Amino acid sequence: MEKFTTLTAVAAPILRINIDTDIIIPSREMKRVSKQGLSDGMFANWRYTEPGGREEDPEFILNQAPYRDAKIILSGANFGCGSSREHAVWALHEWGIRCVVAPSFGAIFQSNCVRNGILPVILDNAVIENIAGQVEASPADNQLRINLENRTLTAPDGTVHSFDIQPADRDMLLEGLDAIAVTMKHDEAILEFQARDRLQRPWVYL
Amino acid sequence: MGRSIIEKLWDAHAVADLGDGSWLVYIDRVFLHERTGSIALKGLEAAGRQVRNPEQVFCVMDHIVDTLPGRTDETMMPGGKAFITTTRQAANDAGITLFDLDDPRQGIVHVVSPEQGIAYPGLTLVCPDSHTCTQGALGAMAWGIGSTDAEHAMATKTLVVKKPKLMAVRFDGTPGYGVTAKDMILHLIGRHGAAGGVGYAVEFTGEGVRSLPQEARFTLCNMAVEFGAWTGVISPDETTFNYVKGRPYAPADGAWEQALADWQSLRTDADASYDAQIVIDCADIIPQVTWGTSPQHAANIDTVVPDPAAEPDHTRRELMEKALAYMDLEPGTPLTEIPIGAAFIGSCTNSRLSDLRAAAAILKGRHVAPGVKAICVPGSGSVKRAAEAEGIHEIFLAAGFEWREAGCSMCFYAGGENFGLETRVVTSTNRNFENRQGPRARSHLASPTTVAASAVSGHLADVREMATEK
Repeated sequence: MEKFTTLTAVAAPILRINIDTDIIIPSREMKRVSKQGLSDGMFANWRYTEPGGREEDPEFILNQAPYRDAKIILSGANFGCGSSREHAVWALHEWGIRCVVAPSFGAIFQSNCVRNGILPVILDNAVIENIAGQVEASPADNQLRINLENRTLTAPDGTVHSFDIQPADRDMLLEGLDAIAVTMKHDEAILEFQARDRLQRPWVYL
Repeated sequence: MGRSIIEKLWDAHAVADLGDGSWLVYIDRVFLHERTGSIALKGLEAAGRQVRNPEQVFCVMDHIVDTLPGRTDETMMPGGKAFITTTRQAANDAGITLFDLDDPRQGIVHVVSPEQGIAYPGLTLVCPDSHTCTQGALGAMAWGIGSTDAEHAMATKTLVVKKPKLMAVRFDGTPGYGVTAKDMILHLIGRHGAAGGVGYAVEFTGEGVRSLPQEARFTLCNMAVEFGAWTGVISPDETTFNYVKGRPYAPADGAWEQALADWQSLRTDADASYDAQIVIDCADIIPQVTWGTSPQHAANIDTVVPDPAAEPDHTRRELMEKALAYMDLEPGTPLTEIPIGAAFIGSCTNSRLSDLRAAAAILKGRHVAPGVKAICVPGSGSVKRAAEAEGIHEIFLAAGFEWREAGCSMCFYAGGENFGLETRVVTSTNRNFENRQGPRARSHLASPTTVAASAVSGHLADVREMATEK
């Protein structure tokens, strides 16, 4: 997995609450059994003028010049709620997004981000709205700086905001680790658990 | 101090403390479907990894398969066939149990798993599908994950999980006439928001929950994810045990007695505590419908489309404004005056035999209104056969509903079948998101009986005003 250490990039404010994974990638855009080729369908219903079409809607923020280079999305609460489809994260990543900043996330989406090199940052809504205001004043110049090691996000005005992240998630992102390989370090404990459990709950073992 | 069922389930599956609230949690069962499971199986294969206990992994075709009679691997979804054939091949290669298209047990994963006795009290069960929380209604810890975590669960028998906070949602009293489990959960989400449960595992408690039959409990837990919760759980009781007993994969004979003794200790202790609690009086719940594009846009059927101007929180107000524009609705419009173009009964929320029975009781002797396209999709082959044995399909057909083969069907639009551009649908499903059921489709979530009453009326309708024929 790609490492995430530091990032300085354009941020795109999409300040709506409850942006669900159907919005991030509609089901009809998940066309093949593949993690690739999904960015074209990212935000398809907002990004294009017609359902299923590919003519860009100039009103949609990610179709506008400075935001085409965005690597960060600023959003409202409960970003990535709804369907578990990891395709939402694969699509964002392929398009170029490396970080989403929101007051809260859908639980499955948040895990999926960490598994795919995207950093989910949780900040208060008022802080996010303030940062969005700074960004909108001059999107290309007013970039955000993120340092995962220090768990800080620096706003365009220089204000440093600290954020929390589970240490396991942070290590996963910083090192670009493979989650299965990390867990297999505990394999002895897993096998011991299973052997004991087989005796305690034999009916569970088909 | 006493423990809640969630703590008991957690403790019984905790393999290792990874620090700072993260744990390695043992996973008893993995369920897959062809939409997101196929890619998990392919991912494992590509990494050269094995499924550790294939006998505890199950897969079903439900998301992409057509639901029209005589269906084959060819689907209306462009590229859909590849999902089906890839899943079949990968499932066979991995040695897991597949309920394929032609299997009489085929159906929606969260209907099939409990029906076959694969899910039961005391288990951890995961599936790359957000509505896995449905199965928590059996007293299991069941939650939705991504495809990468599904690979992890299959390869290692564990997942890394952050220990959730605990919330009790207590329903006092019992639901009144015309009020279903769907109305209970929509009432909760409508008042506490689609993010109301974020960070929590929710236990549904109280007399209102105890009074529900097992199938209705699945409906309640199904939409825990629409509440933002990590999962929903109900302590198992005699209703649960009676439901599980005798099912194909459930413990039998001596193992049943052994399991039952264990399950009886699962229920929440009287002195358990929670990080948060919500109390709802069932007497305050009436049939619900949604008017917007989030499940939190739920309202009493006898009210009007709300006015965003009255919403103090600006983030909610802005979403309301966007939702009303998308739904093409004006504030102040009585909900029962909103005309519909389609009606759908199905999905992992509301496609079980009791749902179809209740809808049929409304539809008996009636017909859907002119211009309304109405479809019923039973949740599984078993549900369909049981309904047909009772003659329920004849009531649906006589009322002008289509009667389909089992699957997820038009709960979402995958590029194939849909109700048509901008069609207004009253639906027993779980998500009224923009474009969820079709291009610019306008979805109104409701119970199966409210869907039936609305289909007959041609507009959203109060099921309490519609007598059932004896």
